[in-house]
Amino acid sequence: MPAASASSPVPTLAIEGLTTRFGTRSGTVTPVDGVSLSILPGQILGLVGESGSGKSLTGYSIMGLIDAPGRIESGSIRLNGRELFGLPAEEMRKIRGNRIAMIFQDPMMTLNPVLRIDTQMIESVLAHQDVGHEQARAMCRDALERVGIASPDERLLSYPHQFSGGMRQRVAIAIALLNQPDLIICDEPTTALDVTIQGQILYEMQKLCADTGAALLWITHDLSVIAGLADTVAVMYAGKIVESGTAQQVLGQPRHPYAHALIASAPSRNPRGQPLRQIPGMTPALINLPSGCPFRERCERATGACRQVPPLHTGEGRTLRCFHPVDVPVGAPA
Amino acid sequence: MIAFVVRRVLQSVFVLLVMSLLVFVGMYLIGNPVDVLINPEATQAERAATVAAFGLDKPMWVQYGLFLQSAVAGDLGRSFAYSTPALTLIAQRLPATLELAVVAMLVSILIGVPLGLWAGLRRDKLAGRAIMGFSILGFSLPTFWVGLMLIMLFSVQLGWLPSSGRGQTVEVLGIPLSFLTLDGLRHLALPALNLSLFNIALVIRLTHSGTQEAMLQDYVKFARAKGLANRRIIGVHVLKNILIPIVTVIALQFGALIAFAIVTESIFAWPGIGKLIIDSIRVLDRPVVVAYLLLTVTLFIVINLVVDVVYSLLDPRVRLSDAKG
Amino acid sequence: MRVATALATAAVDVETPLRRFARAYLASKVATFGLVLLCMVLFVAIAGPFLTPQNPYDLKLLDVMDSRLPPGEKSGDGKLTFLLGSDEQGRDMVSAIVYGIRTSVLVGVVSTAIALAIGLSLGLLAAYLGGRFDGFIMRLVDIQLSFPPILIALILLALTGPGLGKIIVALVAVKWAYYARSARSIALVERRKEYIEAATCLGLSTPRIIFRHLLPNCLTPLLAVTALQVASAITLEATLSFLGLGLPPTSPSLGLLISNGSQYLMSGKYWISVFPGVALLVVIVAINLVADQLRDVLNPRLQTH
Repeated sequence: MPAASASSPVPTLAIEGLTTRFGTRSGTVTPVDGVSLSILPGQILGLVGESGSGKSLTGYSIMGLIDAPGRIESGSIRLNGRELFGLPAEEMRKIRGNRIAMIFQDPMMTLNPVLRIDTQMIESVLAHQDVGHEQARAMCRDALERVGIASPDERLLSYPHQFSGGMRQRVAIAIALLNQPDLIICDEPTTALDVTIQGQILYEMQKLCADTGAALLWITHDLSVIAGLADTVAVMYAGKIVESGTAQQVLGQPRHPYAHALIASAPSRNPRGQPLRQIPGMTPALINLPSGCPFRERCERATGACRQVPPLHTGEGRTLRCFHPVDVPVGAPA
Repeated sequence: MIAFVVRRVLQSVFVLLVMSLLVFVGMYLIGNPVDVLINPEATQAERAATVAAFGLDKPMWVQYGLFLQSAVAGDLGRSFAYSTPALTLIAQRLPATLELAVVAMLVSILIGVPLGLWAGLRRDKLAGRAIMGFSILGFSLPTFWVGLMLIMLFSVQLGWLPSSGRGQTVEVLGIPLSFLTLDGLRHLALPALNLSLFNIALVIRLTHSGTQEAMLQDYVKFARAKGLANRRIIGVHVLKNILIPIVTVIALQFGALIAFAIVTESIFAWPGIGKLIIDSIRVLDRPVVVAYLLLTVTLFIVINLVVDVVYSLLDPRVRLSDAKG
Repeated sequence: MRVATALATAAVDVETPLRRFARAYLASKVATFGLVLLCMVLFVAIAGPFLTPQNPYDLKLLDVMDSRLPPGEKSGDGKLTFLLGSDEQGRDMVSAIVYGIRTSVLVGVVSTAIALAIGLSLGLLAAYLGGRFDGFIMRLVDIQLSFPPILIALILLALTGPGLGKIIVALVAVKWAYYARSARSIALVERRKEYIEAATCLGLSTPRIIFRHLLPNCLTPLLAVTALQVASAITLEATLSFLGLGLPPTSPSLGLLISNGSQYLMSGKYWISVFPGVALLVVIVAINLVADQLRDVLNPRLQTH
């Protein structure tokens, strides 16, 4: 993804070479390995990958929420041009929940069950803005209205377990919006919800993004969610970004074999009566990665050359890490 | 809620009856208390007179029936040894024990919770490990021995604190309390510390594991993602979650405190019901033993009930889902 | 974060469960120390009579002229050195303590074993059979558990009088309910699992299902709890003996030694109370350390890397 040049706007988020390592009893694992991406204001980036690909940890790394035995080893994380890597803890705290907000997967677990909704919302405002209690409460009420929760005054006095799953996630979104962040990181926020609610939440997020001009990093394993939502897409495998570009480019003409296979294996793309396409093998454990290209052992196009780490190709507004990219569109015989 | 309380009360009355029967029968079987009370050289006639006076010649079930009858009226018999109503005897000594137990409970929370919190947050540092090590010691030390050691250190060697008895009391609403006077506090210090030791260890461990578990929860991660200060995360989010089970356990332990006061009161000659029961058991002063047991049974039942009710008030998840009638 | 670590290490474990358990247990230096201490205690308990310079409960050997001698003094006839002093009857403290440890361990282990057997059986039966039987047992258990153990033991011993057998019975009566409840809740979970369903489908008899299939799977979680209960039983016995309601005055018991020695504290003859207390402390700390680590190692939820 091209970084800002003199004529284009400053990206809300620009990550370069981010690497996060964990020291386990059996060795060092690198779930985020040289990740680079950028998001412009008002843009939505979909970060796609299987479980264990490192996508959630990328989100946590941006937030500075990596705890021992992990640490952010190297790389640059720029928020509106400001470097976040290496910031002292107190400075990072001021940014979290304020300029960058995060929405998690399971809203039941992320809201504190023994505290009221208003307590949990107002404290978020008071932590970052210099306003009075009453004003904060008014802001919270407005936020609840904006995410489509009826009778917000009553709802403020309730406890999390009195809400349904979809409503709880709306509350989480409302909390994320309270301080008007520049960037919102969404870590699989619709995975735990019914499909119908999913659609509603997606619609809300898109609208809010357009209204507020915030940038959105949407982390998911579900391609169907990305298809309708994201402007740009990055595909992650075993800690590395293997392909990125606009949604149309990556989803329509994926060039990396993994991305290609992933998109081809979506059931909706399969002609009736045909067996579903699968990617052979299993995701490798991060402690046991093959040398060179991590996808090499499952790739039908791999050769001896793939024992080296493929360099990053950039061009046409997209990036790619592969020695043998696919040139045919998805669906056509390979 | 009401149905729940009523059911519990009925259950409790049943338990009370069963206990009273068991205890009564048990006491009846262990020999004749008269032997302890009467001069061995008394004549047959004098013996018979004493037996009749105490109603000990009637068959067991008649005695039990009489006992129940007067119990309901509030009379639990007269102490053989002291010739005063058993209930009065106990009522006189009860405030001392309750005072001791309450102070011990407060001490264990005030010392245990901060220490446990600290240990839970600084798991791998020296302070954390030291506190947990101390808690194992607190569990392992036999209360009676610690009491003796405390006396040896603070009374005999250092001479700072008195080794026995209760200090000066002040009447509050007709109940003599000693923690309101300096002398009273000095006398209260060692016994309360002794009694609370086990509970301090318990609270430390509960708070420690509670904190550890709480810190792993998603709501803590979310709170950090919101950019809240650490102090608030621990002081509000974590604390509220862990305090509920801790307070519950401690409240339930209150009954155990009263029971364990028996040991502490013996060592420190604290004039409570613990000392009374030991002496009464030794001389087979049946009415007092029975009265004590019934009282403590009632106390435990009440404590359990109160704790259940308060717990449901504290935990919003339980309170608001009133499906459990 | 933890997912990554778990995924990463999943590929590496190829040990047997026993080795893994031993490795996990010994990972803590403190727990290993506790285990060593415990082995020493058990050794003393078993080999005691052969090690001590004197049998302190053989009245013929005692000489009251040797009483209350401070540590390091020799006996009147010069044959014995009282390394830890002597008590008011002229007993060598070292020997008395060793015999006392023997009694403590014996009482603790035997009472726990019996209480476990009874409680476990009743708990399993209650969980498996359900219905009125379950309700009845649990009512009994709840009632008993709402009273502090010391009270129940006190009453029982007041009724029966002191004695070794009686104190074991009292401890069993106090502890069984705890095992019954723990066993029942574990069994209730296990009962729903498929291997029980399979056993039922095979037409195995109820006792066989309960004791050969259900039981072994319920034991492991109870292990740590049982160890802690042994310590608790030992403390209870010492406390009761101290109060004069436990073992008779002529038996070896650490509680009795401490009790006898308490009257001499004021006059500075500390050794009669202090040393038995330290010995008791060592035994209990050892058990607690081992039990603590057992519980941490056997509980999958608490395992953090």
